[in-house]
Amino acid sequence: MKSEFTPPIGKISNLNGQCISLIGNDIDTDRIIPARFLKCVNFDSLGESVFEDDRKTLKGRHPFDLEKNKNASILVVNSNFGCGSSREHAPQALIRWGIKAIIGESFADIFYSNCIAIGIPCFTLPKKSIKEIQNYCDNQILFLEIDLKKSAAKSKEFNFNLGIKESSRKMFLSGEWDATSTLLENEILIENKFKQLPYIKFNTNLL
Amino acid sequence: MSQDTLFDKVWDLHKVSSLPGGSDQIFIGLHLIHEVTSPQAFGALKDKNLKVKFPERTVATVDHIVPTDNQSRPFKDNLAEKMIETLEKNCLENKIRFFNIGSGNQGIVHVVAPELGLTQPGMTIACGDSHTSTHGAFGSIAFGIGTSQVRDVLATQTIAMNKLKVRQIWCENKLSNGVYAKDLVLHIINKLGVKAGVGFAYEFAGPAINALSMEERMTICNMSIEGGARCGYINPDEKTFSYIKNKLCAPKNEHWEKALKWWKSLKSDKDSIYDDVIKIDASKIEPTVTWGITPGQSIGINQQIPLLDELSPNDKLVAQEAFEYMSFQPGQSIKDILVDVCFIGSCTNGRISDLRIAAQILKDKTISKNVKAFVVPGSEKVANQAKREGIDLIFKDSGFQWREPGCSMCLAMNSDKLIGNQVSASSSNRNFKGRQGSPSGRTLLMSPAMVAAAAINGKISDVREFIN
Repeated sequence: MKSEFTPPIGKISNLNGQCISLIGNDIDTDRIIPARFLKCVNFDSLGESVFEDDRKTLKGRHPFDLEKNKNASILVVNSNFGCGSSREHAPQALIRWGIKAIIGESFADIFYSNCIAIGIPCFTLPKKSIKEIQNYCDNQILFLEIDLKKSAAKSKEFNFNLGIKESSRKMFLSGEWDATSTLLENEILIENKFKQLPYIKFNTNLL
Repeated sequence: MSQDTLFDKVWDLHKVSSLPGGSDQIFIGLHLIHEVTSPQAFGALKDKNLKVKFPERTVATVDHIVPTDNQSRPFKDNLAEKMIETLEKNCLENKIRFFNIGSGNQGIVHVVAPELGLTQPGMTIACGDSHTSTHGAFGSIAFGIGTSQVRDVLATQTIAMNKLKVRQIWCENKLSNGVYAKDLVLHIINKLGVKAGVGFAYEFAGPAINALSMEERMTICNMSIEGGARCGYINPDEKTFSYIKNKLCAPKNEHWEKALKWWKSLKSDKDSIYDDVIKIDASKIEPTVTWGITPGQSIGINQQIPLLDELSPNDKLVAQEAFEYMSFQPGQSIKDILVDVCFIGSCTNGRISDLRIAAQILKDKTISKNVKAFVVPGSEKVANQAKREGIDLIFKDSGFQWREPGCSMCLAMNSDKLIGNQVSASSSNRNFKGRQGSPSGRTLLMSPAMVAAAAINGKISDVREFIN
């Protein structure tokens, strides 16, 4: 566990950090944060419970328990990471542990939106490149410098062109990834839309 | 890019604006909330000094944490009590309609909203729960969201989202006797894979889908997310309309005719364009059971667990993990695997028709002595209807425990949990590692009828042996 958590705010353009590799396809959000930790009314204490059951099973050998990874902040994963439950508790647990960005072969839809909503950029790379990074991380420490403007990551050894949804990239660069205020700017359009919807008129029994 | 599908029509209708960067701002017609994913959203609203914009378009119930044995308050579990109290307080403060325990309308959010007639064709529906795709069975565009998006819906009644592509899954012919909607959707997920739906909405169509009841259609759409699709839907038809008619929140009198006319205009056009089309032959599907740790790892009851060499390179990694976790052997028959726990319930298969089918199998039978079996109705309405039909007694006489409504052991946030590496035959939706409350518990997903058969024999069985 890292020192006190401060959520990211504003523009996100450069992210530099050590990679932590987690191998496996279809790693679901129940594994990232088991359901029993969802019994809470805030996210504050989730960081220590990230991957709790997987870590217990591996008795200290889980990547999140290795001494060499304790300052890592760029998670490197395989395909369909974050599938299953929509619980935002999963990225909230990761960010509180210290994860600032994720690079993977692919991500589940809801997990991806949850990450973007709380300021964790998720990037894609082809399977081959992910394997290169994960192999490298097996016995060495890899520091990556991520540049969102160029959608690129580099280190002494590597140069990668990262994939990221253009909408997400722009939001991070402009600092408008906290959606509420952007959405609220269109208040009049929202009210007009509400009045236009056919079912608002015939749903007199809704309340 | 898709054109003139129901998805396109409903999306375009609800589009408020194009946001810088390329995503759309979408109006949410119905917002459903529960105790697990909403408290932090209300907290964030308070921090930002914002109010709930359209409180009448949000409806709440309590489902994930409720105990199913003793529901008297305060709950024995202090954390669960704190969560329900927080929801009660948030609903009261923000004037949000809340269906609490004992209201007669409490239950799993995805069972309750259709029962109340809240779920209607042509709506956008969002909820902080991935199984929100269930509501697509009515021709609505419904999807799960995270807590930050719950905050956004509360504050603005809109969310920012990229438009999805549309894949039609055309299901030909009919399901054979003893094969149910659950088997069909497990089969689809197996054929397409658990991540094929990422970036897609699934339109389920064809004769096999048309033949399904509304509750069966909900089972199909419910599990879209297990195939990676955030949203799944079925074009509305007469079955849809007659299900909604006369429900508490359904349009009434002159509004009903207007609603009907509009709903009929929504379905995908005959010449609509899809991003992809897949065909499935429903008549070839057998009762289906999962053997692994993802809902895609399933086989027909008469098949063997696959050998590693039979799987694609992409599937091997997870298969290896599954063999290790489940302690099943490649090539082993799924039939006759011993089970410890049998669970009937969940937003996938906790509706009255699910209970009726299981009860037909269990009537005049006794479950195996080695099995702990329990049934958790999806809602208070389901429970009351079952009692009127004497279904609760059939379950109890067979040896099943009859419980109070909630999510229960689908995700084990209450005290209903597997112990150690118990094997569970479950009518729920996820067989992930640790999903049913024990970090080494093993879940085999199947239809409620198959769970009933497993309970009687104490092992995975072909339910068709109990029919005819």
